[in-house]
Amino acid sequence: MLTPEEIRELEADLAHYPQKQSGCVDALKIVQRRRGWISDDTLREVAVYLEMTPEELDGVATFYPVIFRRQVGRHIIRICDSVSCWIMGYEKVYSALNGTLGIRLGETTADGRFTLLPSACLGVCEHAPALMIDDDLIADWNPGNVDGILSRYP
Amino acid sequence: MAVIYIDNRPYTVKDGQNLLQACLGLGFDVPYFCWHPALGSVGACRQCAVKQFKDEHDTRGKIVMSCMTPAADGVRISIDDPEVREFRASVIEWMMINHPHDCPVCDEGGECHLQDMTVMTGHVHREYNFPKRTFRNQNLGPLVNHEMNRCIHCYRCVRFYRQYAGGRDFDALAAHDHVYFGRSEDGVLENEFSGNLVEVCPTGVFTDKTLKRHYSRKWDLQTAPSICVHCGLGCNTIAGSRYGQLRRIRNRYNGEVNGYFLCDRGRYGYEFVTGDSRIEQPLARPERSAALERVARGEALQRAASFLRDRGRVIGIGSPRASLEANYALRRLVGPDRFYLGVSTEDYRMTAAALKILQAGPARSPSLKEVRMADAALVLGEDVTNTAPVLALALRQLVHPKADAAAKTFDLPSWSDAAIRELVQDEKESLFLATPAHTKLEDAACQTYHAAPDNLARLGFAVAHRIDPASPAVPDLAEEVDRLAEEIAAALVSAKRPLIVSGTGCCSEAMLQAAANVAWALCRRGNPALLSLVLPEANSIGLGLMGGGDLQSAFQALREERADTVVVLENDLYRRESAAAVDAALQLAKHVILIDHTRHAMAEKADLILPAATFAEESGTLVNSEGRAQRYYQVLLPKASVQPSWRWLGLLNEPASGTADEELFKLDGILADIAGELPQFRPILEIAPPSGFRMMGQKVPRQSPRSSGRTAIDAKENVSEPKPPEDPDSPLAFSMEGDEGLPPPALIPRFWAPGWNSDQAVNKFQAEIGGALRSGDPGKRLIEPQVGAQPDFFQTVPTVFEPHDGRLLLVPLYHIFGSEPLSALSRGIAELTSGRYVALHPADAAAQKIAEGDTVQLELDGISLELPVKIAASLPPGVAGLPSGLPGMEHVALPSWCTVTTILQTPPLAPPQNGEGVGGGVGAQS
Ligand code: SF4
Ligand code: SF4
Ligand code: FES
Ligand code: FES
Repeated sequence: MLTPEEIRELEADLAHYPQKQSGCVDALKIVQRRRGWISDDTLREVAVYLEMTPEELDGVATFYPVIFRRQVGRHIIRICDSVSCWIMGYEKVYSALNGTLGIRLGETTADGRFTLLPSACLGVCEHAPALMIDDDLIADWNPGNVDGILSRYP
Repeated sequence: MAVIYIDNRPYTVKDGQNLLQACLGLGFDVPYFCWHPALGSVGACRQCAVKQFKDEHDTRGKIVMSCMTPAADGVRISIDDPEVREFRASVIEWMMINHPHDCPVCDEGGECHLQDMTVMTGHVHREYNFPKRTFRNQNLGPLVNHEMNRCIHCYRCVRFYRQYAGGRDFDALAAHDHVYFGRSEDGVLENEFSGNLVEVCPTGVFTDKTLKRHYSRKWDLQTAPSICVHCGLGCNTIAGSRYGQLRRIRNRYNGEVNGYFLCDRGRYGYEFVTGDSRIEQPLARPERSAALERVARGEALQRAASFLRDRGRVIGIGSPRASLEANYALRRLVGPDRFYLGVSTEDYRMTAAALKILQAGPARSPSLKEVRMADAALVLGEDVTNTAPVLALALRQLVHPKADAAAKTFDLPSWSDAAIRELVQDEKESLFLATPAHTKLEDAACQTYHAAPDNLARLGFAVAHRIDPASPAVPDLAEEVDRLAEEIAAALVSAKRPLIVSGTGCCSEAMLQAAANVAWALCRRGNPALLSLVLPEANSIGLGLMGGGDLQSAFQALREERADTVVVLENDLYRRESAAAVDAALQLAKHVILIDHTRHAMAEKADLILPAATFAEESGTLVNSEGRAQRYYQVLLPKASVQPSWRWLGLLNEPASGTADEELFKLDGILADIAGELPQFRPILEIAPPSGFRMMGQKVPRQSPRSSGRTAIDAKENVSEPKPPEDPDSPLAFSMEGDEGLPPPALIPRFWAPGWNSDQAVNKFQAEIGGALRSGDPGKRLIEPQVGAQPDFFQTVPTVFEPHDGRLLLVPLYHIFGSEPLSALSRGIAELTSGRYVALHPADAAAQKIAEGDTVQLELDGISLELPVKIAASLPPGVAGLPSGLPGMEHVALPSWCTVTTILQTPPLAPPQNGEGVGGGVGAQS
């Protein structure tokens, strides 16, 4: 069941659209912000609210990499693996994180703290290699400082 | 007409086509995937590339997608240019990166468009050496199999399922190279046209799950042109058999009728042919009270002859589900005066009324193609999705006025699917639905109206009056209904090709009259209105045209002792009249002979049962709701003593030659007799060539030249190869030998052409891609309108429906799966058939404290039924719905007033499962 707060937030946001369905990405983001990810049950609830079928909403949800259809950790690390970062040391970045956290791309640490994901170009090629942790961009990253950076994300 | 240049040679093509269509129409082999003649072009797969040149001096050219480029006058292209050939081969190569190399275990193998296109492009060597992406498949229910790894991402399936057929429980999921076509979770595909995915998908992602149980390759199937027997539309099918067993039904393209698609009842209803209820032997009772015993064929004929000795005391009861030939043979056996149509009084009246309207009026009964081309439609009283499914699919394709206009304003060709959808957005076509309860077509309609049958008819009369004030006015019309009538009238009047659809679904003659008034009012104004009347069974119109009494008159003949012997043809009378009435009548008969292929309640009453052929084991003629007579052909040899009803009846007619061979009775002979005696049927001789027809001196083979195992198939019985069986009734041979050229359209046993093993070979059989078959679409219309006639308008407008105190008006609701008895015997369909129920309006239920799932007692006309309740908010208050003809449901003449009392209250149930909704799966939305 969508909570009253969720519904209130959805209502406010969807008021900007001619049809509820047009706001489906927003709706998924709103609910995901509160629940961390979009489970099958959540998907169905949001779909009912938007008068969409689960298939229609899932088509949208599974299209965007920022909507999670599997449970993720409290913090999301996205390592850029596009051309510039690849050249400038993506692999070092990856092995540093993999070494510290013990997880591969697409996996979540056992304590549910971090999920490691690849990302397409983050738009800061001049500062490659780059990654993002949650909403923070970390550019020109020197993998020497892994623990320091990760400690900011409890 | 436009002149285009292909590899420097000029060709004349019809205007308004794209290059792909034009090239295919000219016989060129251009490979393609995402384009489909019924779905249009989206340019998604890049397979149909050709090189286009600016003019004759341009030597470089540019690669374009032929499906997205108009075949305009002067266009110059090359199909053979080496660069574009390489491009096309590389498209296949990248599709093949993830496609498994599993053709030998793939059900699509041998009729796979991807195989054909791969060979066509010449891509033979694959360099990709890495893992392929794999998917988990879904269980999509009992009809369609899912194997996602084979997907090449052409998007045809979603475009068909969602945009063409209106399904919403299936979509493209995810992105990149793992786009997944399926449901959000395992479960039955809810759309009643899901089976078409099997033909629409160019690879083996979607295949026929029922075929899996008795699989055979296309090239091994013995196939013949057939007609669907599961509703009145007469969709054309190809029946396929192997080892003497019917294995599957596929679509048979007929541009005027079903086009490219079938419904799931028609595609998957075939298993009754091989079902447990088949009657395979003559059965007889030594005496009335004894049990049925097998008897030899000769003995059966002798007994029949003794029953029939006093011909003047025999009556025949025909059937709207039996062929014209069988009904005629029965009529000849008993004489026209003692031949009855085997339908209830209500059905009889409705069919007669429909026929009269179509024959005496100026409105034309449209083919399904004309329905697809209409630009405004009013559906009056009929739940077409459940009573004439492919008509519902056709109604979803009404031409949007904007699309029509766009063709002119923006020069937007009609095949430009994505652009037209962009233009039309969510705007609905001018489709108006007026039905007793919610129907599944409503998402496509611009207005819907739910009311009691009388009020629906009143709306129709009001629309007619708006169009032509000379037609009767409707007194006491509610203001909102009047407004709706005004809106509908305006839409119909401004349409170029307006269409009215009604039918026998509500058993209301007033409904048919209202529909006729609307159509005739339009005709009087000079608008060429089409009037499509849905009749329930495969040969309802044929039987109506033949003429005869209704079932009650047959019973009366028995009561008045004018007869004491009854021959019942392919008919379960317990589905037509109340059990009490049938019992009472049959009690009076000294002898009851039943000729049928499938056991039903009548078997208990028969003294002699003769095993009849099903549609798959005989050739014959059916007349569909349009009035189109169509021939179907035998596809397999029946078990020993099974034979067509018309042949049994022919033998019974000649007692002296009771044991003579049936050479005596051939289809050509009986067709000639019908045409000779009943002039209304004269065109049936022209539907298809007579049995003596030969191509290059040979018959048309039912087997492909690759059919395997011919010399081995019977080796366990006899090592010498048997002579192929004769077919005295048709120019088709039970053999691979014969002429492989293009047969006349009514005789096409399969779509195949060199290099084209899949259904898409139909391109090679069409005069114009997506248009008529070469030499014309098969079938002959027996009903034509009286153009220019101005018959008097029907004057009797029903009064406003008033709910009766404490009583509810019980109306029939229909289920695509379950309401038709033969298909309901097929395994997959049976699984999807709804349980029995009665549907109540929430207010009526609340008034008696009835909740969903409670069991109630329904009392009507001396019949009492115990049924679980479904609540249907879309029903009008005071009206209740009873599913028509579900297995195990007794016959109740509807509409009828009933009372409802609770006998068992149950705790609330879980929400209805798929296929359990009210009236064919409407529950979820009603
Ligand atoms: S499943 Fe079939 S029809 Fe659908 S995209 Fe894949 S190949 Fe095309
Ligand atoms: S619409 Fe009717 S005739 Fe056509 S396939 Fe379905 S059941 Fe058969
Ligand atoms: S490639 Fe990494 S930021 Fe652009
Ligand atoms: S058929 Fe033309 S792009 Fe697919």
